[in-house]
Amino acid sequence: MSKVLAWTAIVLGCIYFILPMIGMAEFSLSMRRGVYSLDAYRVVLADPVFQATFGYSVVMALVTIAFGVLLVVPTAYWVQLKLPEMRPVVEFITLLPLVIPAIVIVFGYIRLYNTSSWLPLTGTVMGTNLLLMFGYTMLAMPYMYRAVDTGLRSIDVATLTEAAQSLGAGWVRIVMTIILPNVLGAVLSGAFLTFAIVIGEFTMAAILDRPAFGPYMQLLGANRAYEPAALAVIAFAITWACMGLIQMVSKLFKHKRAQS
Amino acid sequence: MAGFSVLQARAARWVGLLPFLLFTGLFLILPTLYIVVGAFRTPTGGFTFENIINLNTPTIRSAYWVSLKISFMSALLGCIIGFAMAAAVTLGGVSRRVKNPLLTFSGVASNFAGVPLAFAFIATIGPAGLITMYLRTEFGINLRLYGWNLLSSTGLIITYLFFQIPLMILIITPALEGLKREWREAADILGATRLQYWRMVAFPILFPSILGTMALLFANAFGAVATAIALTGPSLNIAPILLYAQIRGDVLGSPNLGYALAFGMIVITGLANTLYIVLRLRAERWLK
Repeated sequence: MSKVLAWTAIVLGCIYFILPMIGMAEFSLSMRRGVYSLDAYRVVLADPVFQATFGYSVVMALVTIAFGVLLVVPTAYWVQLKLPEMRPVVEFITLLPLVIPAIVIVFGYIRLYNTSSWLPLTGTVMGTNLLLMFGYTMLAMPYMYRAVDTGLRSIDVATLTEAAQSLGAGWVRIVMTIILPNVLGAVLSGAFLTFAIVIGEFTMAAILDRPAFGPYMQLLGANRAYEPAALAVIAFAITWACMGLIQMVSKLFKHKRAQS
Repeated sequence: MAGFSVLQARAARWVGLLPFLLFTGLFLILPTLYIVVGAFRTPTGGFTFENIINLNTPTIRSAYWVSLKISFMSALLGCIIGFAMAAAVTLGGVSRRVKNPLLTFSGVASNFAGVPLAFAFIATIGPAGLITMYLRTEFGINLRLYGWNLLSSTGLIITYLFFQIPLMILIITPALEGLKREWREAADILGATRLQYWRMVAFPILFPSILGTMALLFANAFGAVATAIALTGPSLNIAPILLYAQIRGDVLGSPNLGYALAFGMIVITGLANTLYIVLRLRAERWLK
């Protein structure tokens, strides 16, 4: 009896999840009447606006990852080593972006950093890009920090630091050549998740009026029929790839640690 | 001199935290505070409750109400369905080989939100979607005549479930696996039926986890903007879409009312998350 119930739950659940996948795949192939074709993909991929916005979002994601790593790894390392009593506070701050909706954070940005403020970031294109990147860093912070913090807990930070210091290494050298390589698996997991979050992000980019992939998708969705489905398939493939890479990385690094 | 160097050493400990505090202060805390303070200010800068009181208009009230309803329903259904699926793969019944693929898929689906998710559902049960057309051509069933409309709160709830259910599965599976075999055996030995075991042992232990996750799912749906906009455009009157329109074009006709609207959203997601944290701490007492 309970076996029947369990299978019913799984089968119904799977149907719910598979149907939209089939729906979007089928729709994306139906641009040409009567036969399946890759026309929608061809049209989308050839669209210069797609190339420009997708490129923009990829660059934003990479810069966000680099900035996030530079901010999170030294902070998490320092908290672990010198200020363990501050851990709950720092952890709480890193979780705040899950509490405060992104739209509220970016609302604050455009009021606080507009052209007539003390730090007129939205006055220039580069400044707005920077602001958007900071916003993305915030969105990714809860995941990045937790990944790195977990990674740091599994190594002996104090001993590694003392060993490096007694050999004459400075702080920058310790973080870059000792700590970072030791938590590389965690950093990469955080990085792939950041990539998945940033690549299709809509709200912040739209409010800051930047030519990112998310607002482009939304615009296309309002005006076209088949291309959006193709975009959805592409976006789903990217999300899937990022999650796959995270699993691969965590397996790879677990394996390595077990050997050593 | 010695006292000074002690002070210096103490200060040096904080130096490493400065970049983080500066950055989160400037780009997380300060912008949020600006909104919160703005909600209690007059255009000239004085203190007032006027903005909060002015939220009580039919449009804004209904925006909040519809948002609350959508978030609550999608959280409730996400919890029930996610729990059923997680229980099916962890407590036996379904082959355990299903478990890992299900968790992997949940990781993907819980991150597949926003604009593309809306597209997937439009392509499936939208006006010209796969299922809609199939039912019409093969069975002559016109979903529209039965009151079905994807671009509505019901449609939004069904779409949100695509990331709510996986999130529930990801959070509740470890809790279900934390149910100790000994508890079950102890209950069996004392002559408990299956139902009694669930009602008196397992469910009370899991209850804080379930309720806490529901609060998290609620907040998750309440702040979602992209999926709603891509699905319904600016037509559906819910709090995040109203705030989006307000930021882009001051539709409420008062910037400070906009702050109040945003403040209301922070309060609601803040309460939901506090509930989540409190309940999670309580749940962790058992699941070690």
